[in-house]
Amino acid sequence: MAFKVKYESIKVGDALPTITVDNVARPDFVRYAGASGDFVPLHYDQPFVEAAGIPTVFAQGMWTAGCLGRCLTDYAGAGNVRRYRVRFSRQVWPGDTLTCRGKVTNKTEKDGDKLIEGELEVINQKGEATVKGNFAVLAG
Amino acid sequence: MAIDKSVIGKSGKPFTMPIEWSKVREFARAIRDPNPVWFDPELARKECNGIPVPPTFLQVAAFWQDADSMPTVHFDLRRILHGEQEFELYKPILVGDVLTGTAKVVEVYEREGGRGGKMTFMVTEIEYKNQKGEKVAIARSTLIETGQAVGG
Repeated sequence: MAFKVKYESIKVGDALPTITVDNVARPDFVRYAGASGDFVPLHYDQPFVEAAGIPTVFAQGMWTAGCLGRCLTDYAGAGNVRRYRVRFSRQVWPGDTLTCRGKVTNKTEKDGDKLIEGELEVINQKGEATVKGNFAVLAG
Repeated sequence: MAIDKSVIGKSGKPFTMPIEWSKVREFARAIRDPNPVWFDPELARKECNGIPVPPTFLQVAAFWQDADSMPTVHFDLRRILHGEQEFELYKPILVGDVLTGTAKVVEVYEREGGRGGKMTFMVTEIEYKNQKGEKVAIARSTLIETGQAVGG
């Protein structure tokens, strides 16, 4: 597995690549339902959500977490992610625009691995966090 | 509904998860990830010794299990929330691998919530081994059933 980041050159506070997800739309949720098998009807079935008292369908949390995971694979290379943890704090709705971003908070060597650790978040167009997370990736 | 704590510590029947390229591509498109490493086998071979999977890809496996593979508390689908998800990835997972997953319920507990009323939490873990018997990943998930609908 090729390393994309060099341990020595990383500093605490370094930013990960920022990714913008424009114009979140219902087809995103339908496509993710098919790709992941997550057919919880809250994400595509409008009559179902209205009957549950929710105004409209919203994104699978793991769809948003998947978009955010791209910050890690773009940064460290696919296959070099060792830990990825997310906490869902707010729904993502059709029409939202999301900013996925993160930063390095720690460097550590463990069992011969050089690890970069940090925090991640997804912010909507109102500046509200929808997902917060943390990670560990391998460096060379 | 009273919560059923008898599932705590129970493991499901192990399930098999073949890692297939078409599923990986479909997943990458669904999360709008244009990284060529998911789509170009030559490049993937050079960079990763094979086609890797996105860090959240194992979520797919969570929905592939048969009913007897996942001991669970039956939540009301109208009031379900995904609270947290964690992946610990020990070794690369590549297309062509055949994983075996074993799921278990780690914790079930209740807590008084805010606007959602009383909430029930269920923490599950799925451990994955590859075809060589190596532990490659643990997926840990917290699902929440809220006391009332959560949207809006």
